[in-house]
Amino acid sequence: MSKTLLIIKREFVAKVRNKSFIVMTFLSPLLFVAIGVFVGYLSTMKAELKTIAIHDETGRFVNEFKTDQEYKYVDLSQVDLKTLKDSIVSESYEGLLIIPKLDDNAKLQKGIQYVSNDSPSVSFTEDLEDIIAKKITAENFQKAGLDTLKINNAKADVSIYLEKASGEQALKGLNEIKIIIGGAFGYLIMMFIILYGNMVMRSVIEEKTSRIIEVIISSVKPFQLMMGKIIGTSLAGILQFLIWAVLGLSAMFILSGMLGVHMGASGAAGAQAVEAAQHSGSDIQMYIKELWNLPIATILISFIIYFIGGYFLYSSFYASIGAAVDNETDSQQFLLPIIMPLILGVYIGFFTVMNDPHGTIATVFSMIPLTSPIVMMMRIPFGVPTWQIIVSMLILFGTFLGVVWFAAKIYRVGILMYGKKPSWKELAKWLRY
Amino acid sequence: MSNILEVNKVVKQYGDYTALNEVSLTVPKGSIYGLLGPNGAGKTSLIRIINQITMPDGGDVILDGEKLKPEHVAVIGYMPEERGLYKTMKVGEQCLYLAQLKGLSKQEAKQQLDYWFERLEIQGWWNKKIQELSKGMAQKIQFVVTVLHKPKLLILDEPFSGFDPVNANLIKDEIIELNKQGTSVIFSTHRMESVEEMCDYIALIHKSNKLIEGKLIDVKKKFRSNSYEVGILSDNIEGLMYDLSQKFTLSQTDFKSLNDELKLEINLGNATPNDLLNTLVQRGQVTHFVEKIPSMNDIFIKTVSEK
Repeated sequence: MSKTLLIIKREFVAKVRNKSFIVMTFLSPLLFVAIGVFVGYLSTMKAELKTIAIHDETGRFVNEFKTDQEYKYVDLSQVDLKTLKDSIVSESYEGLLIIPKLDDNAKLQKGIQYVSNDSPSVSFTEDLEDIIAKKITAENFQKAGLDTLKINNAKADVSIYLEKASGEQALKGLNEIKIIIGGAFGYLIMMFIILYGNMVMRSVIEEKTSRIIEVIISSVKPFQLMMGKIIGTSLAGILQFLIWAVLGLSAMFILSGMLGVHMGASGAAGAQAVEAAQHSGSDIQMYIKELWNLPIATILISFIIYFIGGYFLYSSFYASIGAAVDNETDSQQFLLPIIMPLILGVYIGFFTVMNDPHGTIATVFSMIPLTSPIVMMMRIPFGVPTWQIIVSMLILFGTFLGVVWFAAKIYRVGILMYGKKPSWKELAKWLRY
Repeated sequence: MSNILEVNKVVKQYGDYTALNEVSLTVPKGSIYGLLGPNGAGKTSLIRIINQITMPDGGDVILDGEKLKPEHVAVIGYMPEERGLYKTMKVGEQCLYLAQLKGLSKQEAKQQLDYWFERLEIQGWWNKKIQELSKGMAQKIQFVVTVLHKPKLLILDEPFSGFDPVNANLIKDEIIELNKQGTSVIFSTHRMESVEEMCDYIALIHKSNKLIEGKLIDVKKKFRSNSYEVGILSDNIEGLMYDLSQKFTLSQTDFKSLNDELKLEINLGNATPNDLLNTLVQRGQVTHFVEKIPSMNDIFIKTVSEK
């Protein structure tokens, strides 16, 4: 067996046997489910009923406010303002809406007050304003002698029918689905890089602090050790994801079997599809059809390639950082510049790609190797020309080769250096040793 | 080919700092070779170059007649001064892994392991983790790992540090036994007693330069001062002292003996030992007459402090 293979095997076994790996693998899906259930439970919980006092001196508006699940409106127009304000301070009521007696609607518009201890939410204030504005508008129409019925009939409700150039009906909200799918893959890559990159770094530090490193590199080349470590760790990560995928799929089958839920509705189409289903039954089939029309093969193949490329690129950084420092605390100053581009990638993905998947910014960042695994994964569901994907992958792997060369140099020197925390300047010096 | 290792004018630089300045060594086959020097002299740099952990900036290294190449790691066994093993890995697995990295097949490695575990009486440790072992126990494992692949050349950096006297002796015997079977040994140490006891050859490195190299006995001859320790029982000490001081340089000294005699260290200068003896026997009863052989410790300190 070649030495690199031996190292890969040892690293893999060491990672997989580790208690934290086993715990992570089987506990984190449970945790995810638990969080999902918890959030779901929270959103079904009814908010506490708040009572709003209305002091309407005009008497024209008070009936417009309808009590609902969240807010209860009480007409306290007869009570004097001073007492009411005191009761707000003593928290008998959540808030007090004061509509003064002003005949001129133009003045009334500016004269309405809301008094409360806590500042009200924007949507609540908007609701109040809406109700009053509607009433005033209606009154204005009447005063001007306009027929409200005719006006209402004259209002048009436009809904644009979306169609693709190929002639099929296009669906609203599809972009959101695409960004969710692309985003999930991009996010996964980022998580994996950070999680497993850190593992590579820790394992390098462990070899350094336990001083076994000198024994090992008297048998193998430092480069072999570094690559073996990176590959072995990545295999452990892939195994973890495979387990998650199997667990997730079987959980979904069991759940849908138990609840008798139609797979399409509970599955990938997500919230948008459910919403669409409420409007018309056939839409949901169209969403599912659209999903199948996504470049699924391209997505999956690209995911694996970007996953490997991005992980290899970043873990060479992590390995050389691990070699440069003596303990994890010292690694912070070197880690920041590594995590920054990852986060930048995710931000660009969610903000720029969503609005303009093929714009200059999105295209450029899907070529830059530090962000391309994330940004390109988010772009692919929108349909990216194959040549762009290939160029971006070539740049990624080319950069990886360059970075690994540098990383190996720092690694080679770093693993034998003890005792002091190196500066960036020193790292640069090591490249010339 | 009678040399296992030849180091020719090896230069190693770290930035502006020269760790080795054209150092040359010759290690004969089958010898136990002591590599001496104070801390920071360049011993570890040299050992790392021999182990191909780092590359020299100049000069070359010939191992068993061939220029150093990657395959040579299989014929060298190296125990670094900073001992290290995977703390959470089991002893058996770890030994197998490290032996396989040296190029042994799994079966060979297992055979060798069984042999050594039995020899050192540590069979029960196979499934223990290193972190469960004491420091001395871990050192034993480290030694086993170093010799498992039957290296032709054994390089040991401070091999006895961390061992209690019993285990140190055990390891010393194992090293001598391996040497008898034909393994050449390079020893890097500060402990001069073990050098005197075990080494055939020595080299002294100081401040990146080699200062002394040769057979231990030749080095000692070179540093002999032609001084003798003498014990004598005499009735006329004043007369004796007068006679001696006419011909030799004297100083008081002390050594263990059963008599209450006069103890002197006498430098012969250009005279012969017989001249001294003649002078002594005329004045009294000679109880002690021994050439003062410089200890490695004296040579080490003398050479290092001169520079």
